[in-house]
Amino acid sequence: MRMKSCCRLLLCLLAVSLAANLAYAEDLNGTLKKVKESGSITMGIRESSYPLSYLDDKQQPIGYHIDVCNKIVAAVKENLKLSSLKVVHQPVTSQNRIPLVSNGTVDLECGSTTNNEARAKQVSFVDTTFVTNVRMAVKKSSGIKSLDQLNGKPVATTSGTTSVQLMRAHEKGKKIDFKEVYGKDHADSFLLLETDRAVAFVMDDNLLAGLIATSKNPKDYEIVGEVLNVEPIAIMVRKDDAQFKKLADDTVHKMMKSGELDKLYKKWFMSPIPPKNISMNFPMSEKLKELIKHPNDAPAEAFNKKK
Amino acid sequence: MNYHWNWGIYLEQIKGGEETYLSWLVTGLQWTVAVSLCSWVIALLLGFLVGTLRTTPRRWVARLCSAYVELFRNIPLLVQMFLWFFVMPELLPRNLSLWVKQEMPAKEFVTATICLGLFTSARIAEQVRAGIQSLPRGQSYAGLAMGFTLPQTYRYVLLPMAIRIIIPPLTSEFMNVFKNSSVAFAIGVLELTFQARQMQEDSEQGIETYLAVTLLYFACAFVTHLGMSWIERKTRVPGLISTAK
Repeated sequence: MRMKSCCRLLLCLLAVSLAANLAYAEDLNGTLKKVKESGSITMGIRESSYPLSYLDDKQQPIGYHIDVCNKIVAAVKENLKLSSLKVVHQPVTSQNRIPLVSNGTVDLECGSTTNNEARAKQVSFVDTTFVTNVRMAVKKSSGIKSLDQLNGKPVATTSGTTSVQLMRAHEKGKKIDFKEVYGKDHADSFLLLETDRAVAFVMDDNLLAGLIATSKNPKDYEIVGEVLNVEPIAIMVRKDDAQFKKLADDTVHKMMKSGELDKLYKKWFMSPIPPKNISMNFPMSEKLKELIKHPNDAPAEAFNKKK
Repeated sequence: MNYHWNWGIYLEQIKGGEETYLSWLVTGLQWTVAVSLCSWVIALLLGFLVGTLRTTPRRWVARLCSAYVELFRNIPLLVQMFLWFFVMPELLPRNLSLWVKQEMPAKEFVTATICLGLFTSARIAEQVRAGIQSLPRGQSYAGLAMGFTLPQTYRYVLLPMAIRIIIPPLTSEFMNVFKNSSVAFAIGVLELTFQARQMQEDSEQGIETYLAVTLLYFACAFVTHLGMSWIERKTRVPGLISTAK
């Protein structure tokens, strides 16, 4: 008898907790809960990642990824039925962007971050919205067209970036020898090329195109040579926050389907943009076209698997 | 905060290579020590020369040396690094400039060492001057009255005492050289800070990386402190300089 009532009680408890779980499944957690409670969302921005995220002449963040993020923020506002949502812009750098997302300072990082396996241990990425190729910028007058022509010559790249390892891997494969020189940021590395301390600068091609477009004599430079690596660039969110990531992913999918992302791409990569009103002239890659048809958040490692 | 800790990261192999992250840090430490020790030698030689000359009775020499000190003391170290690395070669004749920029061996290391050496020499010069001026005036008069020439007075009377007085601030300065050498990463010397940035970007284990680097800088500075304290004890002459103890 006692045994039976015990069992019944347990069953009852189980039923109640199940019902409660179902009810809670619709409840908010993670970033969305935080945004609902605080009424504000923090966007991580870059100050010179052309044309994904950079500052205009009024020091306001603009760019392709900023536009995508504003869409996500609008979706958050709608989803939470908020009458007003305060958006805080927090500038971030290559060095601090990941710690700032994982420690909760930044909710949505809208810069130029490569999605790779090491980073996926610390943060999550929204489905890929841009693809970059690692190539090199040279002075036209140098006549250099291929990486193999760089044997024994000084080649610039930015310290702490993945390009350093890519160059080493290439050297080993081809048995050639670069003299590596390093800038502390992309502007320094470009200065190395500009002042003939390096004959080439190896970096993401969109960043190279941006640096060239904003340089003193854009006509003196060109992007040449084989692709060292293909890298998916994505908006970054906190890890293990499925609710927020789904909302962001859904927003991106909607933009991809409706053709809105395509329009944004044309606006930022194919038309004249501030500050100099020069077009980057950077057509959409086949890889990104493919991703717009089949969106995913696969890391760089999956992109560059040897076939 | 949901941080993914990985204390085994130091011994993990770098992607696409046979080295471990630890070997990056060791290379970085070697460059840090090399830059620091070489600049320390430059700084000591120039610092003592300039600091001493600032106290001589010859006015124009003292003024020239003061100008030197003010020049290197009033410009931030990072800016000086850029000036030496990016601006100086542009002022040279075209061929020499190209040689410096492309052919000169270990150009980043040489530039950083000279720059840090000169920067530090200005600070040492100040300390040497203060040390000499803290001695009673009578000391130099006594030296000259003994029949010493001015250089001899400096060599046998003033400098031996001044050096002993300024060993504590010199110790701080020597420790600073190790810490300031971190600025050399900005012009591409593969020292500890450079390797730390590299390791952080590659492994995404920032906290572990910077903890290790902090410990290595601490170790460098602390060993310097121990060494200098030993020299201070060894060179102490009882009763020569009034000691509180």
